[in-house]
Amino acid sequence: MEKPLTEHIRKDREPLTLKEYEQAGGYQALRKILKGTTPKEVQTLVTDSGLRGRGGAGFSTGLKWSFVPMNVIGTKYLISNADEMEPGTFKDRILLECTPHQMIEGMIIASFAIQATESFVFLRWAYKTAARAITRAIQEAYDAGYLGKDILGSGFHLDMHLHTGVGRYMCGEETALLNSLEGKRATPRAKPPFPQISGLFGKPTIVNNVETLCCLPPIVNHGAEWFKKLSRTGDAGTKLYGVSGKVKTPGAWELPMGVTLRELIEEYGGGMQEGLKFRGALPGGASTDFLVEEHLDVKMDYTSVAAAGSRLGTGTVVVLDDKTCPVGFVKNLEHFFAQESCGFCTPCREGIPWVEKILGSIDKGEGRMEDMNLLEMHVRALGPGNTFCAFAPGAMEPLQSALKYFREDFERHINEKHCPWHTQHVSTSTH
Amino acid sequence: MPILYIDNTPYEVSQGKNLLEACLTLGFDLPYFCWHPAMGSVGACRQCAVKIFKDENDTKGKLIMSCMEPVTANQRISVADPEARDFREQVIGWLMTNHPHDCAVCDEGGSCHLQDMTVMTGHAYRKFNYKKRTYKNQDLGPFINHEMNRCIQCYRCVRFYKDYAGGRDLDAFASRNQVYFGRHEDGVLENEFSGNLSEVCPTGVFTDKTLKDHYTRKWDLTMAPSICHHCSLGCNTIAGERYGSVRMIGNRYHGDINGYFLCDRGRFGYEFLNAKDRIRNPMIQGQVVDGEKMRAAVVDAVRQPRVVGIGSPRASLQSNYALKELVGKDNFYHGVSEGEHALAHLALEILQKNPQRIVSMKSVESADAIFILGDDLTNTAPMMALAVRQAVRNKPKEAADQAKIPGWHDAAVRELVQEEKGPLFIADVLPTKLADVATGVFTGSPDDVARLGYAVAHVLDPEAPPVQGLSAEDSSLAQQIATALAGAKKPVIITGTSSGQAHAIHASSNVLLALHKKNKDAGIVITQAECNSLGLAMMGGKSLKDAFNAGSVDTLVVLENDLYRHDSTAAVDAFMKQCNQVVVLDHANTTTVQKAHLVIPAGAFAESDGILVNNEGRAQRFFQVYETKSDIQESWRWLAVVGAEAGKGRMAEWKNFESVTHAMVSSEPLLHGAAMVTPSSDYRVEGQRIPRAPHRYSGRTAMTADIAVSEPKPPEDPDSSMSYTMEGFRGQPPSSMIPFYWSPGWNSVQSVNKYQEEVGAALRGGDPGLKLIVALGQHGAPHYFKDIPEKFKPEAGRLRIARLHHIFGSEELSARSASVAQRIQMPYVMVNTADAVGLTEGQLVSVSWNGSEARLPVRLNPSFPKGVMGLPAGMTSVAGEEAWGIISNVKE
Repeated sequence: MEKPLTEHIRKDREPLTLKEYEQAGGYQALRKILKGTTPKEVQTLVTDSGLRGRGGAGFSTGLKWSFVPMNVIGTKYLISNADEMEPGTFKDRILLECTPHQMIEGMIIASFAIQATESFVFLRWAYKTAARAITRAIQEAYDAGYLGKDILGSGFHLDMHLHTGVGRYMCGEETALLNSLEGKRATPRAKPPFPQISGLFGKPTIVNNVETLCCLPPIVNHGAEWFKKLSRTGDAGTKLYGVSGKVKTPGAWELPMGVTLRELIEEYGGGMQEGLKFRGALPGGASTDFLVEEHLDVKMDYTSVAAAGSRLGTGTVVVLDDKTCPVGFVKNLEHFFAQESCGFCTPCREGIPWVEKILGSIDKGEGRMEDMNLLEMHVRALGPGNTFCAFAPGAMEPLQSALKYFREDFERHINEKHCPWHTQHVSTSTH
Repeated sequence: MPILYIDNTPYEVSQGKNLLEACLTLGFDLPYFCWHPAMGSVGACRQCAVKIFKDENDTKGKLIMSCMEPVTANQRISVADPEARDFREQVIGWLMTNHPHDCAVCDEGGSCHLQDMTVMTGHAYRKFNYKKRTYKNQDLGPFINHEMNRCIQCYRCVRFYKDYAGGRDLDAFASRNQVYFGRHEDGVLENEFSGNLSEVCPTGVFTDKTLKDHYTRKWDLTMAPSICHHCSLGCNTIAGERYGSVRMIGNRYHGDINGYFLCDRGRFGYEFLNAKDRIRNPMIQGQVVDGEKMRAAVVDAVRQPRVVGIGSPRASLQSNYALKELVGKDNFYHGVSEGEHALAHLALEILQKNPQRIVSMKSVESADAIFILGDDLTNTAPMMALAVRQAVRNKPKEAADQAKIPGWHDAAVRELVQEEKGPLFIADVLPTKLADVATGVFTGSPDDVARLGYAVAHVLDPEAPPVQGLSAEDSSLAQQIATALAGAKKPVIITGTSSGQAHAIHASSNVLLALHKKNKDAGIVITQAECNSLGLAMMGGKSLKDAFNAGSVDTLVVLENDLYRHDSTAAVDAFMKQCNQVVVLDHANTTTVQKAHLVIPAGAFAESDGILVNNEGRAQRFFQVYETKSDIQESWRWLAVVGAEAGKGRMAEWKNFESVTHAMVSSEPLLHGAAMVTPSSDYRVEGQRIPRAPHRYSGRTAMTADIAVSEPKPPEDPDSSMSYTMEGFRGQPPSSMIPFYWSPGWNSVQSVNKYQEEVGAALRGGDPGLKLIVALGQHGAPHYFKDIPEKFKPEAGRLRIARLHHIFGSEELSARSASVAQRIQMPYVMVNTADAVGLTEGQLVSVSWNGSEARLPVRLNPSFPKGVMGLPAGMTSVAGEEAWGIISNVKE
């Protein structure tokens, strides 16, 4: 099984030095494209490879690049979105900590493809180990002539900077990331105009996920067809999958695109812990819909997971077991979303805290049956298009599917006036 | 024009608008919060949702925010769609989760956009059962009250304050449902336009603190259209009264002047009306007398053989004219110094020779290159500075047009434009507050400022006189300015009389003329010293100095003027001694009033009808707000009564405002148009007058019950077609007579949308006022001024005086407002650090100039021109055009 993203990672998880990365074939892809390949050819190659954004939205990377105007005067920017903060998601962290040079090479290739001359790594503040690795790697790349003026004598210039955020989930949204990077409030921007036209400091900008960028050197080295064949399904490449929750061996693994949810949980996650049963899973991080027992054989690719009513998202599975209260589980997620809402648009700012409060009162046994209607209303009203960005619709995905698959558990809380997963009964006395 | 289908009915709509603007223009009641007609869309509140359909076969449609969607041809939307309606109601439901529902004790209650929108969406029952968040409020100074718990996070306040007005001390803090709008700590909101927060805020977070001090519900106000008296721009205002005192000033929309906003001087300066020491009664030798006695005394006084009248640039045309008629035109003097008199006439002459090139505030907003010469706009004509702040974005905004981002898409335009600024050049003694958005700033002595202007004109047109001895640096700046102006589509030159220097105005005129040879759309703005300076200049009359030289006087009649603000104390005192008897008509208790034998209580703007001429020559009417119970009445009315009895001219024929106005226009040719500014007093709509009070006005039958239980007959207004009560025509009055904005379901100022031809455009029937300066061809062709001053050379032992203006303190009337007074700085003398050897910051020194002397603390400023001393205008005695002063140590 080929693992182009993780094959070179050292056993001790120390980051590969430039030398080690070069010995493993690193920066050959960059050398290859700088020898006579045109930016447009790189874009076409990546479009042909079928690479789709690994940050969650799954948009074609090559197509995204193609919207960048090529004949403009002035700076263009390439940004690596390394602000990985989705609950249950820890896939980029492995790449950032262990193979920073692969991301840097990917960034240089992407920058070349859109002719960007400035690039930033926007890193989650808590990834301190990664920050050290990236700082060193960027310096090594400068020293070796892979960054800076006239890279490898090609005439192409690129500068790269590491920016560590201050810990807002919102900054993972590409336009809020841009505002934050400009020193403004991390609120999203309206699209259109898209960042490809008016991005960082109003200039054409591409924001790509870390994993997406790490796919680029292997695609350049081995070609589009090779990349497609890595997958078991129509969506190309390998994917970094993760499993968390009460499984025996939680972790993250690079696997062919399209492994099933069952394989992930049972083979790689080692199955459920003793005495626990699988009840459901969020297939791609906290902002995706639950999949349940009937979906265990769904292939974990963009198309198949969407067909099952959820999203591949980041491909990191969060498992719900039968000894965990689904209401409490969802409430915990909504608490996160309520905390992380940027506060710009009304439905998200006011709606999610309301949802959290309702879930809290149901969880405490104080819920009323009308609360179910209010939850349903929020699921509808916080849908795509109604809010300014995709944050609130994402926050509603686990809730809407929980209401679908675990409705009787919600209603039991209300009818029994306590959480069935807790032995302690809430007093029903009015005094 | 594209066709827009709303609920299957076709409508013609304007291209380039968004759907919300189109719907509001068509009269649909579509609720909104974050969108503002002057500030555009950001999509934050999600209140204006409608359904959009792909085509007529699409029955499902999808929700969109109408403020974020451009109008396109044959678009199909639904406002009435149940899903859209439910969503709009739910948005209110969300906003209400934290709103305190304290309408009953909220200043905004009854005129609150949030209330209106809540009712409009039908949201009535609360479904949220949890605790609300609470905030700590801040003390924001004398103008604005802060009550954050009411906030619905529409972001309008920061968008106005920071993005629109350039303020730096108000921001959005924290995140999620705890976003907080305020300052980083308690303290005075420093921006000059902070008062607009009270109108921009859709609910009661930011409210007018001066109204709070004597609060009344806004629907209980008797209101009239007014004109701001605190600078020369003539911003349109609404003044509201209850129980005999004016309680607040609000914006009155004028599409060509102030738009939706006012400056803080204009909004809060009104408190001079309620000043404790205001002149409210007739007084003879300091003793209060009744009106009858006063009238008799004045009649006697004006029957004396040698009667001299001194007019005023802060009094109406009618009052000045009445005085002129009373004393005879040969005895009528403008109450301004020789220098002020000359500058006002100079400005008038330049405007008359370039009538098509006089630009309005709105046109300045759309200029793409601006050169400001010797006028600190933020402090002399603040709203013009606000217009300049918008204009600097025009050039960079062209990039947004190229990227096909519509102009109303505010956030996207700002993200694209970033901090880019179009050409704005400033030349003044100090960098001025607009320097933060300027491309280039030149500071120098008043002469050097003018020399730069002359040099720019010469670069633009070699026929313009050249400037000798300009440094290479200054030549290159002149070149840069000329290039920017020549490259612009709509360049504007802004100058003013505030510096007291003719040179800067001459130079500006040269630049305009040179530019005009290349570009017909080049325009000029000349700000004036006071609200009616230009109007007075359009009326014949001589300067104060001429009056001083006119020999002995039996009776001096001074109209609403403190002569001590226009000449030195010594000179005015000497003149007073020449006069046997001094009659002063005024409302402010000035030094001149204190020296008068007879004091007549003149109506200030709220107790008067009158016309003012603003800096662009636009005549505008202000209406009396309420009937006074005392002897306070318009100066022109006092003078008409006295003149009639004394048998002066045809004053006996003057019955009301109209007859005075008609007499005036027939004898003052330049003011001819002034009679047509508003409909006549017999104008009626459907047989009815225009009511000054909203139909919701309460307590009329009870409010005087402590005096008499029977309701008094409502006062009649002989001067206008407005009534003093709520009776009258309920629809929209002519645009010059809008006393308040109201429309069914729209109780807040947002209802102004309903009064415009199109949202953000002119008022229905055209914006009010009439431009008096029109192309008559009789004033001759403009010519180049050739009197270029020598390069300024600092002199030993004395310093050239430059007047420094302050928005708060430099203008006479607003300085008497209790709230404004709290913002006035102590007088000072500013000098360059190099000219202050041995002096330390704040040290008290003795300053003498033109026979005046003052002890002032020193302000050291390294960027202030050498050899010059700056004195705050209006707070220290005046100095002539080329005045010099001496600083010496205080001798103990």
